[in-house]
Amino acid sequence: MATLTINGERYELDVPDNMPLLWVIRDVVGLKGTKFGCGMSQCGACTVHLNGTAIRSCVTPVSAASGEITTIEAMADDPVGSKVQQAWLDLGVAQCGYCQGGQIMNATALLKRTPNPETGEIVDAMAGNLCRCGTYNRILAAIERASGKEGEA
Amino acid sequence: MSADDKLLIANVSRRRFLMGLAGGSALVLAARWDVALGGNEKAQFGAGAMPGGWVDDPNVFIHIEADGIVTIVNNRSEMGQGIRTSLVMVGADELGADWDQVRVEQAEGDHSKYGNQNTDGSRSMRHWYQPMRRAAAAARQMLEQAAANEWGVPVSEVQAGVHTIIHTPSGKELGFGDLAAKARELDVPGRNALVLKRDDELRFVGKETGLINGELKSAYPKAIDGEDIVTGKAVYGADVPFEDLLYAVIARPPVYGATVGDFDDTEALKVPGVEKVLQVEGTGQPAGFSPLGGIAVVASNTWAAMEGRKALKIDWNLKPAGDNASYTSAAYRESLEKAAEQPGKVVRQHGDLDTALENASERVSATYYMPHMAQAPMEPPVATVRIKDGKAEVWAPVQNPQATRDTVAGRLGLDAKNVTVHVTLLGGGFGRKSKPDFAIEAASIAEAFKGRPVRLQWSREDDIHHAYYHAVSVDYLEAGLDNNGQATGWLHRTLSPSIGSLFAPDPKHKGEFELGMGFNTMPFSVPALRLENPPAPAHVRIGWFRSVYNLPHAWAIQSFAHEMAVAAGKDHRDYVLDLLGPDREIHNLTVGDGWNYGEDPDLHPIDIGRMRKVIERATSEAGWGKSPGKNRGLGLAFHHSFVSYTAIVFDVEVDDQGELIIHRADIAFDCGPQANPERIRSQLEGAIVMGIGIALQSEVTFEDGVAQQGNFDKFLIPRMPDAPKTLRVHLVDNPDEAMGGVGEPGLPPVAPALCNAIYAATGKRIRRLPVGDQLKA
Repeated sequence: MATLTINGERYELDVPDNMPLLWVIRDVVGLKGTKFGCGMSQCGACTVHLNGTAIRSCVTPVSAASGEITTIEAMADDPVGSKVQQAWLDLGVAQCGYCQGGQIMNATALLKRTPNPETGEIVDAMAGNLCRCGTYNRILAAIERASGKEGEA
Repeated sequence: MSADDKLLIANVSRRRFLMGLAGGSALVLAARWDVALGGNEKAQFGAGAMPGGWVDDPNVFIHIEADGIVTIVNNRSEMGQGIRTSLVMVGADELGADWDQVRVEQAEGDHSKYGNQNTDGSRSMRHWYQPMRRAAAAARQMLEQAAANEWGVPVSEVQAGVHTIIHTPSGKELGFGDLAAKARELDVPGRNALVLKRDDELRFVGKETGLINGELKSAYPKAIDGEDIVTGKAVYGADVPFEDLLYAVIARPPVYGATVGDFDDTEALKVPGVEKVLQVEGTGQPAGFSPLGGIAVVASNTWAAMEGRKALKIDWNLKPAGDNASYTSAAYRESLEKAAEQPGKVVRQHGDLDTALENASERVSATYYMPHMAQAPMEPPVATVRIKDGKAEVWAPVQNPQATRDTVAGRLGLDAKNVTVHVTLLGGGFGRKSKPDFAIEAASIAEAFKGRPVRLQWSREDDIHHAYYHAVSVDYLEAGLDNNGQATGWLHRTLSPSIGSLFAPDPKHKGEFELGMGFNTMPFSVPALRLENPPAPAHVRIGWFRSVYNLPHAWAIQSFAHEMAVAAGKDHRDYVLDLLGPDREIHNLTVGDGWNYGEDPDLHPIDIGRMRKVIERATSEAGWGKSPGKNRGLGLAFHHSFVSYTAIVFDVEVDDQGELIIHRADIAFDCGPQANPERIRSQLEGAIVMGIGIALQSEVTFEDGVAQQGNFDKFLIPRMPDAPKTLRVHLVDNPDEAMGGVGEPGLPPVAPALCNAIYAATGKRIRRLPVGDQLKA
């Protein structure tokens, strides 16, 4: 039995302790914005926030997920998250879009920690998030835009 | 002037009919309205030659409700190319719709209703631009007629504005919503009565918006799925909600062609959540789109199914795999290199090559290697199937929904009309999701759970271990140069397993469409030339990968042209412009290519002038000729594919430790008319990044038939630090040509341009991809 708080809602769930948070969120709770890409913390598509920190839900056992879990579905209500989303829309970042929820979660965590990151800090912070469509230059520009810097792709 | 006349002028008459070529006269005799349909729609070419052809009925594609909401049906799969935005925008523009009141509806898989839906070959816009324009023009004219009837005025006095119809003399207006019901009752105007908008009447088509080389011109009109994507609401293959869903994974044979010998599911069935274990039949070799077979584990959630699979004990029978079970990449590469030393099947030749090479004052030769790669879309294959009352429903991210429908029906023994395929968003495709094998697998499992939906999920390891791999290739080239460095002879032998091996006994030679991807269509003007294709057997499933055989052909030819320029002591750009020869149009039949991407060779010859212009544009934007500085160099490559033209220049630095820094990429691109330049730019940006991965990182190798990479820790693809620091897209405007493809043609020249830049910076020639740690040696 696990007790989770996801996007401010409490869930009492009958799931094994070692079940990855990703599958709890997707298959048990039913929130589908968090994606499966690799299952081994290589791609970042499953990124959620645990107490404000970006984590890979595909390798986080549900038993280790104590605290406030936030997913992409709640970012529109987050002041930083919504800014990041708007920058993504303004610059037409997404191609297929599958990885972009994870990218936005990671970028939002970065901007909460470091509101005005240097370009190099952004590149380092985002290196764990894969995008097979290759939208990195626009992701970088969107993060700079959300942080108040002019976007430069 | 009628719309048809305009189409004629835009797409046909400016092209000289016939260039005195065999088979040409048949083309000219096309029926009047067939020609009038323009561009790519003659029955024997383009959209008209595709299964299902094209449809331009407004009642199929455009629906307007009383509240004014316009719904446009998109019949092509969305995999990141932006077709749901771009094609709908084309319709909305011609219709005169307010973008904020436009919605998109995704068509189910049904060629008989929606025309061809096979989303590959960079065909969506070039095949559907004109049918969509016509459907929307017809709908607009029906709205205009309905308004004229309403006001009792001649239709010549009414005109569409934005989401309204205006009575010009009085200024009276009626909204689209007000007129929708009346318009629907009217007859659809005939094609000859359609009047398409003039270019200056269009608000979206061909207009530059969005982010242009670092500057945001306008964030409007927004991508149709943009909001859903950034808020996590967009529905991909695994996101369709169901009440009573079962989750499945399959353990597949590790070697292509192997089968299940024996299995023990005792421990798997003990895993909490696992409900059933069952065998899925494979169909042996060649596999086509059929499942590979294996053991499925069905559970109450994805993770339980994966845990159950780990607990299976399976003895695989390798015997049916034959020599696939000894397929080892290093040995295979050696065997191809050896085969490349011998003459092969001649596919194109002219002049006396042997004499030209013998008499050459200098001979240059090189062998190039490109490995297997997996498409590895971020969304691994996934499909959900529910079988109920003799009908099957499929929800899946597939590029070819009609093939999905047909093959699932075949597997289940159903009539295709009893199979419905709902196409979700694709989390990337790149050719992987052209093959509906995963939907057939899901259907096979769902048969055991009649009435309940079953979702089959592939893991990343499944995806990379059981891909339809990009063909491994060896290309040998040899050229003779005269004492001025000019090419007098050109020999090219290309060796790759064929995609034909997927559907028939291994042909061991490339098929026409494979050779036609930049091999026999090689555009250089050389007095003596011979192109050969020695045999290469397939030992794994070979499949389409974005831009397909253009990748190895461009890689080898564009690297080799640079080697020739170096040998001649000439500037690379000047040398290749000279090698291309004078501006002219090469008809594909004259170079032994009967395919031409399915397009009419009169409308789509290989135009050397257009090739030259993209080379000139990319090089001038990149500052070609400037002194790049220590450890730094510029590299050029270009390629014609999918009836479009691409040239790219990289500016790179390789430091003393062998670290590569990609400072900048300038890509110039000519696809003829640009429907949505904003998404064209994004496709080219993405192609550059993907191409960097092909050059530097991506490789699947085999040992005894087993793929040695299974996830992104070993199958490497670019990450943000690998992207160019600056990336510039230069669109060469060419609205009077016939439309070319966009999704794929950006990719082929990327890897050779990058390796040519590495040579310019270091003097180190890369002939084996990926570069990996070769710069550190």
